[in-house]
Amino acid sequence: MQGDTSLDQCHAHTVPPMLMTNAQPGHEAHDFELLNDPAQVERVEMLLSDAATRNGFAKGSIFALRLSLHEAIANAFNHGHEGLSSELTVHVRLEIGPDQIIMEVTDQGPGFDPASIPDPTLEENLERGSGRGLLLINAYMTRAEYNAKGNALRMVYTKPE
Amino acid sequence: MPASESRIRVKRSGQVTQVEFLDRNILDEGNIQLIGEEIARLIEAEATPRLLISFANVEHLSSAALGQLITINNKVRSKSGQLRLADIDPQIYEVFTITRLNKIFQIHATTADAVASFA
Repeated sequence: MQGDTSLDQCHAHTVPPMLMTNAQPGHEAHDFELLNDPAQVERVEMLLSDAATRNGFAKGSIFALRLSLHEAIANAFNHGHEGLSSELTVHVRLEIGPDQIIMEVTDQGPGFDPASIPDPTLEENLERGSGRGLLLINAYMTRAEYNAKGNALRMVYTKPE
Repeated sequence: MPASESRIRVKRSGQVTQVEFLDRNILDEGNIQLIGEEIARLIEAEATPRLLISFANVEHLSSAALGQLITINNKVRSKSGQLRLADIDPQIYEVFTITRLNKIFQIHATTADAVASFA
């Protein structure tokens, strides 16, 4: 297909730098330094989807993983880097194994207190803008926690029995 | 992506304006902004908008898209119009229930049900 060729050429310029790094046995690890560029983010989401599929994760799990990664990266750029240079990168680390997937998203901002975010499901907040990404992450992931500084989110997803 | 490229398909059915997405993934904020602007123009063009948004082709939806839907809902309400959502895949419907936005939107199983529901 003609479209495929142009897509590949496009991606050749937008592939984020990727390094293979150490992971526990049976797991593959990928590290990325992402710019705030939808094409780069999509590449990482596709790599996650493909690797999760290879490791036998079901469609519903992959939906949950992709959405959580997307929301975490969006939060890192929109909130973590708010008021900072748009050139700052976000570090993403994926560790993918047959039973568990770990996703870490680290921004270069000053960090924040996750407890300071208003509950978006309260009646008075339902139509407000913020907090829904983190709500979805917490709902879909087995565990999700920020580091003490509040600039790195570690998400763990265990394959359902 | 040029701003002139439409991200939605629009159909008229009686007094109802039906919108479908051309993208399977409604994730990227830039795209979501463009979709919001296109739909805002449809709302502005109607005295009392009856807007139906179908999610038939949609596989992924981000919180930014949910925010845009709330904006669209407010624009429709400000003109005393009605908004319906339809054809939402069960996985995506779960995103609405987790965020409790299923309480805000009128969601129907099919576009036919949604069309029939307009007052």
